[in-house]
Amino acid sequence: MSESTAVHIRQCAKTFADGTRALAPVDLEIAGGETVVLLGPSGCGKTTLLRIIAGLETADAGGQVLFNAQDVTALPVEKRNVGMVFQSYALFPNMSVRENIAYGLRVRKHTRSQRAQRVAEMLSMMHINELADRAVSQLSGGQRQRVALARAIAVRPRVLLLDEPLTALDALLRERLRIEIDSLLRSLGITAIYVTHDQAEAMALADRIVVMSQGRIAQQGTPRDVYQNPQNPFVADFIGTVNRLRGTLTEHGVHAQGTLLPLGKGLTVSATKEVDLLFRPEDMRIVPAEEAQFIGTVSSAFYLGDRTRLLLAGIGDAPVMVEVSAREPIARGTEVGVSIDPQGLMMMPGTPS
Amino acid sequence: MSHTPFLRLMPMLIPAGITFIAFFLLPMVKLAVVGATGDAGLAAYASILTTPRHWESLIATLILSISVTAVALMISTLAGLFLVRNLFPGREVLVAMLTFPLAFPGVVIGFLVILLGGRQGLVGEISQALTGDKVVFAYSMTGLFIGYLYFSIPRVILTIMAAAEKLDPALEEAARSLGASTWRVLVDVILPALKPGLIASGAICFATSMGAFGTAFTLATQIDVLPMTIYTEFTLNANIAGAATLSIVLGLVTWLALFVARSLSGATVAASG
Repeated sequence: MSESTAVHIRQCAKTFADGTRALAPVDLEIAGGETVVLLGPSGCGKTTLLRIIAGLETADAGGQVLFNAQDVTALPVEKRNVGMVFQSYALFPNMSVRENIAYGLRVRKHTRSQRAQRVAEMLSMMHINELADRAVSQLSGGQRQRVALARAIAVRPRVLLLDEPLTALDALLRERLRIEIDSLLRSLGITAIYVTHDQAEAMALADRIVVMSQGRIAQQGTPRDVYQNPQNPFVADFIGTVNRLRGTLTEHGVHAQGTLLPLGKGLTVSATKEVDLLFRPEDMRIVPAEEAQFIGTVSSAFYLGDRTRLLLAGIGDAPVMVEVSAREPIARGTEVGVSIDPQGLMMMPGTPS
Repeated sequence: MSHTPFLRLMPMLIPAGITFIAFFLLPMVKLAVVGATGDAGLAAYASILTTPRHWESLIATLILSISVTAVALMISTLAGLFLVRNLFPGREVLVAMLTFPLAFPGVVIGFLVILLGGRQGLVGEISQALTGDKVVFAYSMTGLFIGYLYFSIPRVILTIMAAAEKLDPALEEAARSLGASTWRVLVDVILPALKPGLIASGAICFATSMGAFGTAFTLATQIDVLPMTIYTEFTLNANIAGAATLSIVLGLVTWLALFVARSLSGATVAASG
């Protein structure tokens, strides 16, 4: 296979005809062979950015898309040599599985034997040999998406673009196909850009996650980085579950709800200020009342099998969520003491009350 | 045991049975019998082949109907796709106006064609002012063609628009991402998706053109399309057997077109107008 393609996005913005701005000017560098996941809620601009990279939308004047050194800004999608996978599968209903996979090769005028060989390769790569002569209408959702992947990869695209490819599938199938896509992307070494609103999918697949909000990049980094060090409240809230307490930061530590929490090492404070304390459910432990930083009353308990999720009332304004592995059932109404792992404590500038 | 529901349902079949016998079977049988009881007997059915006037009229009607159908499908596909894909001010009004010809009877459409291409027509006046020659086409097959096209296009365009609106835009984008040109996308993606609608509306278009009478009658009495021939045989020549056999043939050809369309598209196809 030829060298992988790096994608450079420079000052790409998108304003629609009615004046709504879907995307503020965005810069993004994607290395060759990298899997980048664009993650965000609907309307955050992630699909628009993907479509600009694909050539299905044109960026506002001044925006530039480069594949390696080649400026592809002016090229329409059919000349960019990208593979696309859609949420709705978008298989051609008037063609069989084999014809669907061969379509890009047929358009490129490959010979019959070249096509047959490449289709056979694709069928076995996606483990769908037995489906070759089926009609699209006879396939399940998971099978359809495998065919769509095979069709996109068959033409050896420079970049693979996936727009919510697993969203239409049920949970079990989504998990299985996600693992398949992951190993496929690793083995092909292809540059892939993957759009999703599902953070678990993003964490599992991405080399790098680009979190988007309101047409801007809110944060980008490895899944670990984005989860553990969110740089703003949006990212903290969007990725994983987070508890929030209002507090005051002083040189001694953080005062919250009458408790002084010690600061992590290396943190010094010059002035007192209002902060929001953020911490995740798995960074809290249930401790005896005398060691507890906070005491709360269990308002709900959800037994999830591998762990139990408790909602504690009486600590902050909103219930605090705690995850415990306790095998002992904890009844609603029980008072429990909790403490927060200092490693898991995050601080953001306080929101005005 | 199994007879009971059937027996109970029997009375409900009576209204349908009466309607079928009184308004469908009896006239058809009568028509077929009348066709065979002229001077020539059963040979009257061969007259469509042996009488040049009859068989020329059949061929002319077929050619007219087929070409109207083909042109209507082409124009309507392009216009329908354009209307579905482009939002512009006045689009709603335009779409609403497109159904206007459906409201006119054939006589009025014939009248409109005369206003356009008749001896006092718009085209004639303009061409006379420009070149000195008066172009008149209303009283011929050309006039009929234009008239039929006028009432065929709305039927087709609305069907095309309904089908095109249901088309997943991702299909087209997928084809383009695989390198397909606009032309290939049309041939490989859009037309296959529109096919059932094209067949259904094409069949209606064909059937309507085969049987339309009002427009032809308004334009000229010497246009030899099948409905006109039936009319002249029946009223002027009092050749009732000949008119009946021609009617049966006209009915069969039209029915066959609708039948083929129905089995190809699976959709409900019915002639109207």
